[in-house]
Amino acid sequence: MQPREQRDEVEMLSLMLLIRRFEERASQQYQAQKIGGFCHLYIGQEAVVTGAVAAVRDDDYIITAYRDHAHALARGTSANACMAELFGKATGCCRGLGGSMHFFDKKNHMYGGHAIVGAHVPLAVGMAFASKYRGEDRVTLCFFGDGAINQGAFHEALNLAALFKLPIVFICENNLFAMGTSVKRSTSLKQIVDRAEGYDIPGEIVDGMNFREVRDKVAEIVDSIRKEPHPAFLEVRTYRYRGHSMSDPASYRTKEELEKYRLDDPITRLRAQLTREGKLTNEQFDQLDQRAKETVLAAVKFAEQSPELPVEKMYDYVYFNGPATSERSAAASVESVAVAATEAG
Amino acid sequence: MREITYRQALNEALAEELERDPNVFLMGEEVAEYQGAYKVSAGLLQRFGPKRIIDTPISENGFAGLGIGAAMVGLRPVIEFMTFSFSLVAFDQVVNNAPNMFMMSGGQFNIPITFRGPNGPAHQLAATHSHATENFYASVPGLKVCTPATPRDAKGLLKTAIRDDNPVLVLEAELLYSSRGMVEPPDEELLIPLGKADVKRQGSDVSIVCYAQTVPLALKVADQLEEEDISAEILDLRSIKPLDEQAIYDSVAKTHRVVIVEQDHPFCGVGAEICYRIQKNIFDALDAPILRVSQEDVPMPYNERLEKAVLPNADKLVAAVKQVCYA
Repeated sequence: MQPREQRDEVEMLSLMLLIRRFEERASQQYQAQKIGGFCHLYIGQEAVVTGAVAAVRDDDYIITAYRDHAHALARGTSANACMAELFGKATGCCRGLGGSMHFFDKKNHMYGGHAIVGAHVPLAVGMAFASKYRGEDRVTLCFFGDGAINQGAFHEALNLAALFKLPIVFICENNLFAMGTSVKRSTSLKQIVDRAEGYDIPGEIVDGMNFREVRDKVAEIVDSIRKEPHPAFLEVRTYRYRGHSMSDPASYRTKEELEKYRLDDPITRLRAQLTREGKLTNEQFDQLDQRAKETVLAAVKFAEQSPELPVEKMYDYVYFNGPATSERSAAASVESVAVAATEAG
Repeated sequence: MREITYRQALNEALAEELERDPNVFLMGEEVAEYQGAYKVSAGLLQRFGPKRIIDTPISENGFAGLGIGAAMVGLRPVIEFMTFSFSLVAFDQVVNNAPNMFMMSGGQFNIPITFRGPNGPAHQLAATHSHATENFYASVPGLKVCTPATPRDAKGLLKTAIRDDNPVLVLEAELLYSSRGMVEPPDEELLIPLGKADVKRQGSDVSIVCYAQTVPLALKVADQLEEEDISAEILDLRSIKPLDEQAIYDSVAKTHRVVIVEQDHPFCGVGAEICYRIQKNIFDALDAPILRVSQEDVPMPYNERLEKAVLPNADKLVAAVKQVCYA
């Protein structure tokens, strides 16, 4: 399979635009109450997942935490399937059963979408374990936020990965805040990358607002892992422009700080690089952006028009190959009747 | 048939499934070089090698999660908890990741994993090491829970669990590892379906519903009751979830009186669920209120005499049976 690093950077810029426009539209639809639950936006961090994905093969494993819309889009999940998932529709990437925090796409090797902070890091280690067990040269990219590094699961996972010499890159998307608590207030280390040293895992820091820097660093690490399986740690310094979730006004930081990062915007930066090198005109950029906006608008329409899963179908997603319980509660039957009545009315 | 121990039966089940399917591996604390804390995995490292019989650090949350991740991409891990009391350190993985993945992913990821190890109070291990976890885990949709009481059931259920495409907890009875029983020879495939109870002794006056460590207790009590002309039917649930409700109703329809003897705590215990289902579905068959014998509702004391007082025992069970029989 062709590594994505050889793919066109303009294509990757287009992907970053799609992610940005998707998130903006998701924000708007959330405010319009079309999207329920929690919704965590990735705006500002686009270069991280885009750069990383550009550096690996399509069959490498990707897994992340709850800020996951971008990871699915970057892996090739359609905007339609992503938006429909946010709307809770049967056409969503998880049939509307996972929601914003639990995006999965097996076909595109996107293994979630995990909402308990740090709890997916051992899963990632298990996926890397499976690759080594089977003698494959697949690499697992495990994304998580700076909040995860103080969870026990994270520490246990790093120890196991190092002990078993597993082919995995731990990618810490350090956006400076674990929910509303700054890294300075949550972490005893001066720099996050030093966590890796405690497990004898090589660690590096990279500028997460720079697509090329992320891509080249991940490519270099992955290349070395494919030659000889081992874990690696990458602290990617980035910034989210929005609050932790839609309900967070982010009053714990200053406007000046946000503005500083906005001036370093990853999309603007890659655009400038490409323009300077004569690979992209302003017209072309506008076209890409227009296309992203249209794709996302179409996705909203698709999500709105999609059906929901019928209530009785939910029992099909408890056990693979049939139910373990014979009894369905009276409450569920009543609800199912009520829903049917509402739908009919 | 030949007589082997419960421990050997589990060992055979593991060996046969490791032999049959290269995707099966065994992982846990001291399962390999030490040959298993309870010697269930004895000889497996020598036979299958370190790639498939894997020692871990004391890190339950980490290696339980590792197993789930490996299962997401198609391996069939058998994760040993040195005891299920330690599974509580991995509660988030067992409860929040393994059973939820299938629903959350819209059916894309089922988790074919087996968590196994000793469960329930042993002998003077005190509060932290004496948990009977079946009622916690059976309450979680997406998990299956089985509780073998005999060598034959242990082998057949563990083999079925490993082949199941869902997360299954095999709660082994710590006090029964050295107990003996008749089991089919190794060249005869032994698979016991999950969710099938077994009448361990026929009877007509009262149904004693039991599982795991309470099965030998119930059988012993049945002998004692027979001398007093009370014929007890011993129904071994074998699986808590799925629950073989029909077997329970069939027995109740025959005896009209029920005592449930369980090894967990009384409040929200397994017996509470069974009582609910019996009264809901076969109320008219009952001639007496259902009674439960369980642990006392206290953390387990270390003191031997107090520990005995906490656990279900023959006296408590006999008294309960006599009460429901108005004897």
